[in-house]
Parts: sequence; structure tokens; C-alpha cells
Amino acid sequence: MSVFEQVWVWLTSPDNWAANGIPLRLLEHLRYTATAIPIAALIAVPLGAYIGHTRRGGTLVVGLLNSVRALPELGMLVLLVPAMGLLLAFEALTIVLVLIAVPPLLAGTYAGVRNVEPSIVDAARGMGMSEREVLFGVELPNALPLMLGALRAATLQVIATASIAAFVSLGGLGRFVIDGNALRQFDQMAGGAVLIAALAITAELVLAGVQWLVVSPGLRPTRTRKRKATT
Amino acid sequence: MTWILDHLDVLFTTSLDHLWLALIPVVAGLLISLPLGWMASRWRLAKSILVPTAGMLYTIPSLALFVLMPLILGTRILDPLNVIAALTIYTVALLVRSVADALAAVPPAVTAAATAMGYRPLGRFFAVELPLAVPVLLAGVRVATVSNISLVSVGALIGVGGLGKFFTEGYQRGNPAEIIAAIVAILVLALLMEIILVVAGRALTPWARTGGAR
Repeated sequence: MSVFEQVWVWLTSPDNWAANGIPLRLLEHLRYTATAIPIAALIAVPLGAYIGHTRRGGTLVVGLLNSVRALPELGMLVLLVPAMGLLLAFEALTIVLVLIAVPPLLAGTYAGVRNVEPSIVDAARGMGMSEREVLFGVELPNALPLMLGALRAATLQVIATASIAAFVSLGGLGRFVIDGNALRQFDQMAGGAVLIAALAITAELVLAGVQWLVVSPGLRPTRTRKRKATT
Repeated sequence: MTWILDHLDVLFTTSLDHLWLALIPVVAGLLISLPLGWMASRWRLAKSILVPTAGMLYTIPSLALFVLMPLILGTRILDPLNVIAALTIYTVALLVRSVADALAAVPPAVTAAATAMGYRPLGRFFAVELPLAVPVLLAGVRVATVSNISLVSVGALIGVGGLGKFFTEGYQRGNPAEIIAAIVAILVLALLMEIILVVAGRALTPWARTGGAR
């Protein structure tokens, strides 16, 4: 039997799809992701909107974010989980995932708000909008494409990092890769890898769809391209 | 602290291994993405195939791609080639777009002037279009380099990870000093490469320092 067939057999085996198999690991993976992303968004979006709106401290934040980006995820995980104790492993993982998701979200929100055309913001002020109304009614809706792009990038990074959580005795789809490696079962390893990749690609497609639905039609790329061509 | 002082030589040699694992893919990825990016900047069909494919490949988490490499390459699981090939794929996925955008942004008047001066397409590409694309390209190379340096360590989970082996080892032995030392080493490598690339970028674009054409 070729390797491909072995992996296919593993992926389609009913045993692996029992409630405590793939579905459990998938739910764990989703739970890790769904916990970290909202927390990260609660931190990053208000901060990014504030910095982008007031234009204060932008360079400092961007510089700081770039250095956070170079931090190795596995290193943070193996440092923090034992430090907080195995009972708090989930909390430790969540902290690492939030640390990973905040930089892209913050940068996306900041860049999105910051790059709204000044004439549009001026027009909003000229119409008598308060600063608050300018931010919520004009700047944030215009920043939405970049913010959602950042959300996609952050979600992918969180899904990727959640897949190495299995190394520190947590669950998630990475469990199959880690266990398969320990037991020298390549079918399980590769099967797990296929599931991780499938989850990431599905998340990307779903979020791309959400982005298309939520963003104001006036901001869709096709429209802007057309406008550019005529001017 | 004593662990770090006792293991400085191992840390240093492992850092070099780590750097190779991260940089070979950057060089290989750059060499592959130049012709691909050039095609994408020239033909709409090539762009409509290459850019979404690159995006899709970039989506796949590193651990998954490392493990899937033996299936595609026929290598053994513990082969360093798996990590190198996977990181090359990420680099290409990132740079194809940079190259295509950078080449497309070269003003048509400049290429027309070069053609009028007698440059043939290939010579024009290397003497005019590529140098003008350097700033955008370099930004992409910097992102790829820093992310590769961080990603190599994930390879430790499948036995090939440069400094990442101190992560797995330090975790199993309950030795935080080992983990912190490796994190610091990775940050230093990333910072060093950033500095080298910025300096190289300045050397490659002498015209950018004259304060603009005006």
C-alpha cells in the first residue's frame, strides 16, 4: 500500500472519526482559536482605532509589533506552560495565542483608520460630526477591508500555533502529528497534517466570504479599480 | 544562567545551523520567485493562477507543511530537506506577489526609455526593471527572512529545528534557561539579518540616498 493510500485509509477510518477522535481534536482546535481571537480583538481594535484616529504613538507601536513578530511561538509556549503549571495550560496557551494575534490586528486597524482619505474625514467633520461619529461612522467602516484582512492573517497564525499546542500536553489537531511522530506512525502524522491544512484553508475561505459580505459595496476592489481607470 | 555559560559553544554552532536552515530557503525562494513574479507581472493569466495559488500555500500551517513534505518529495521524515523545502514554498508564496507588484510598478516611460537606448528585454530586466524593484522586493525578503528564522524552530517537533531543539529539550528537562537562551538567540539572529538586509538595500539602491530626482 502506498503512503498516499495509508494516509487516505487513516483519514477515512470510522475509528478515527469516533467522538473521541478527530471531532474532539477539531473542537479543541476551534475552541483555542475562538477564545484567543475575540480577546485579541478586544485589545487590538480599540487601541489601533485610537492610535489611528489621534495619530499618536504610531511609529512606537509599529516598531514594537515588528519585534513581537520575531518571537518564536514554540519557545513562548514551552516557556509559559510549565511556568503557569499544567493545570493552567489552556490559559497559558491562550496568552500565547493572544500575543500572536494582537500584532496583525493592531497593525491592520491602525493602518486602516490611518489611511482613510483625509478629505473624507474632513468632509465628515465639516458636516458637523463629532470625533466619535467620525471614528465610528466614517473611519472604521472605511478601515474595514484592512481590518478584516488583518483578522484573516491573525486567525491563520492562531490556527497554526494552536496546532503545536499538542506538544505541551494540550489537544487540538496537532495531537495526531505529535503522537504519530512519537509512535512512528506516518499515516497518523500525515493525516493530522492534512486536517490542519484543511482547517486553515477552510477558515481562510470562510473569512474571505465574510469580508466580501460585510465590507461596504463602495469599497470593493473592483469598484476602486474602475474609478482609478477613469481618472 | 550557568547552563547558558556552559553551553555557549553549542548555542553558537546551533545558531549557525539554524541560520542555514532559514536562509537557504530565502535564497532559493528568491531565485524561484523572480521568473514566476516576472510572468505574473506580464501576463494576466499567469497572475490569476500564481497569486491565488501562492495565497493558498501560504495559508497552510508550518507544522502541517513540514509533515506533508515527505509525501511530496519522497524524503524521510527526519530529513532537514523537509524543513528547507517547506520554508522555500512559504518564501516563494510571499515573494511572487512582491516581485509581480514591484515589476508592475516600474513606470512604462522608464522601460520605454531603456528600450529606446538599445536594451534588449533580458538586459533591460536585469539593468533597469530589477534594480527599480529592489525596495519593494527587499521588504518582502525581510518579512520572509524574519518569519523563516522563527519558523525553523517548529521543525524541532519533527526532529529538525536548529535552535528549536533547545525548546523541546528544555521543556522535557524543565530547564527554562535553555528555552530563554534559544529565544534570545533567535531574536538576535532576526535582528542581525534585518540590519544586514537594510544595509544591503542601501548599497543596492544608491539613487535613493541622493534625496530624490528633484
